[in-house]
Amino acid sequence: MRDLITYIVFGWYPYLCLTVFLLGSWVRFDREQYTWRSGSSQLLRRRQLTWGSNLFHVGILIIFLGHFVGLLTPTAVFDALGISHTFKQWLAIIAGGVAGVMCFVGITLLVHRRLFDARIRTTSSFGDIAILLLLYAQLVLGLGTIFVSLQHLDGHEMVKFMTWAQGILTLQPGVSALIADVHPIFKAHLFLGMTIFLVFPFTRLVHVWSAPVWYLGRRGYQIVRSQGRLSASATSSQRRGAARTISAEYPR
Amino acid sequence: MKIRAQIAMVLNLDKCIGCHTCSVTCKNVWTSREGMEYAWFNNVETKPGIGYPKDWENQKRWNGGWRRKKNGKIEPRIGSKWRVLANIFANPDLPEIDDYYEPFTFDYEHLQKSPEMPAMPTARPRSLISGERMEKIEWGPNWEEILGGEFAKRSKDYNFEGVQKEMYGQFENTFMMYLPRLCEHCLNPTCVAACPSGAIYKREEDGIVLIDQDKCRGWRMCVSGCPYKKIYYNWSSGKSEKCIFCYPRIEAGQPTVCSETCVGRIRYLGVVLYDADRIEEAASTPDEQDLYEAQLGVFLNPHDPEVIAQARRDGIAENWLEGARRSPVYKMAMEWKVAFPLHPEYRTLPMVWYVPPLSPIQSAAAAGKIGHDGEMPDVRSLRIPLKYLANLLTAGKEEPVALGLERMLAMRAYMRAKTVDGLIDENIAKRVGLTGAAIEDMYKYMAIANYEDRFVIPTAHRETTEDALELRGSCGFSFGNGCATGATETNLFGSPKRAKNPMEVV
Repeated sequence: MRDLITYIVFGWYPYLCLTVFLLGSWVRFDREQYTWRSGSSQLLRRRQLTWGSNLFHVGILIIFLGHFVGLLTPTAVFDALGISHTFKQWLAIIAGGVAGVMCFVGITLLVHRRLFDARIRTTSSFGDIAILLLLYAQLVLGLGTIFVSLQHLDGHEMVKFMTWAQGILTLQPGVSALIADVHPIFKAHLFLGMTIFLVFPFTRLVHVWSAPVWYLGRRGYQIVRSQGRLSASATSSQRRGAARTISAEYPR
Repeated sequence: MKIRAQIAMVLNLDKCIGCHTCSVTCKNVWTSREGMEYAWFNNVETKPGIGYPKDWENQKRWNGGWRRKKNGKIEPRIGSKWRVLANIFANPDLPEIDDYYEPFTFDYEHLQKSPEMPAMPTARPRSLISGERMEKIEWGPNWEEILGGEFAKRSKDYNFEGVQKEMYGQFENTFMMYLPRLCEHCLNPTCVAACPSGAIYKREEDGIVLIDQDKCRGWRMCVSGCPYKKIYYNWSSGKSEKCIFCYPRIEAGQPTVCSETCVGRIRYLGVVLYDADRIEEAASTPDEQDLYEAQLGVFLNPHDPEVIAQARRDGIAENWLEGARRSPVYKMAMEWKVAFPLHPEYRTLPMVWYVPPLSPIQSAAAAGKIGHDGEMPDVRSLRIPLKYLANLLTAGKEEPVALGLERMLAMRAYMRAKTVDGLIDENIAKRVGLTGAAIEDMYKYMAIANYEDRFVIPTAHRETTEDALELRGSCGFSFGNGCATGATETNLFGSPKRAKNPMEVV
């Protein structure tokens, strides 16, 4: 029975979450793009947001990057680079710990602001509050794992998670067996992490997809849209596509 | 030379009576929705005053508009692209809603439902954001109406720069004017430049600046970028919104709602042809005080055969060229030079221009002379300081505004001589560099202001860009989903379903 639950939660559940995450985001982008926004409440209350939002975002971006690289880089690459598991474990604890504390301070400010500032509270949707609390819980669990990791600095637990994550992404649900006897706090952290992927398309988190890094590559500053012109010979699908062309212009 | 056409606007402040009909009709049509209660695409300010939002003209505080760098290039004052991105988590230059005002309603129901009491029941204010009781309303959309409030506060008005303002606090020296404001639909808009998503754009065919509501992600950099603070963040939808110049009406050849309903008939709409290749150079003009002339240099003469030929090559339709030749905006800005841009020093090359207001003569002795012998008073003796108007309209350069005011005084003197004394006095016209015929024309446009003279709006050429056969049976204006508005009440993606535009059925 325990094996089955492990198999369902760490073998099958990831696929459910990833599928909903990808398909949900796609459908929302395609069908409901008007709802696709960051949902900033800075206009209503600046207090606590400047520090809160900056610390939270910088912290969580470092953490996300750490998880992404740390979990998905094949073990062989670390071996080839001569990075020992112990070193990597220490790096994860220190870098993750610092970013985690930053993020924790930030999100604490944001949670306080969202729950106890009347303006923000009344203009928040259920989803706004729920996702914030979910991230808060996940961050606390993540910070909690540091104390467990300090018990096994040789990094063998970490290798389990790497193998599991890479196994899931290479379509081997059987790797869930590796997770069977890790500390419960890791299990909770993994489960909640996958759940965040599951609810992602239904919350304001979709703005992550739209991080406007392309702005740096925009030629010039101005954008002018011109109406496309119909030509008599165009087919009907071409006519629909002819609608608008966009050009970026001066100043360079 | 790359010629484009824009529908531009002129507001004749000499005739504005501050009735707010423009603001109210605009609000009823476009912004009477949750999240936009505080937003006025069009508002009328009493000047001097700090305005709406508070202190909007103080770019040292809000960092709106453009800045000229040492190398002669311009960049948004809020910073280069990487600076904009670095500030995306918390925008340091964003006004808070209290800088506009906290929108409120009143407990009207209490008037009907209160039990019998010794005192009359009152309707007390309540916030439209938090729903909480507001004990005292501290600020509103037009708090400084007709010099409301003490001089010390309204004299923080940025246009007092270089003016000995203390004397204007005295009752007998005080002055005021109205300033209706809307999006300037600039040739070099900072909002467009500041938008990291690239959601804001200028339309090539008529110059209207719009925000693509589907592409806007709510990074709110446009609010900071716009020096006129005419982009409003909708806290409910999480998207920024702005004046759309009533584009569905403009496309059909009708004036904007604010223009149509203006009881003072102060608003003019017409085509201006401009050279898109000269915009960057004009906006980068070294001396701020030359920006007004630089922008005039971007506009093209619609009677010039070369311009007409090039415009045809650039795809501008004949009815637009005809509109440009009859454009009241071109006449006022280019021919008579009585209209001026609002704060050209922001380097945005705004396209909503203003005719400065005349005002009574300060000294009673000088007032007696006006009109009798055609001698005109010095515009520097008008009650509204010339420097104040120049700070508002020409980055502080007094000569162009002085000439504009002199021409308006000359129009009065000339027409008075003609209608009262029965004299045609060409000398009056000559003194201000005009002809009698030009003054009669000015009189027709600015004093009589017939509907068909005020609004010369060629219709859009949808037929060249849309296939009407494809559109048959479709649902008109709508967002991405087309007609699929859905029958379900709930939305899987977190926000209640509601009509996104007035044409849509939910």
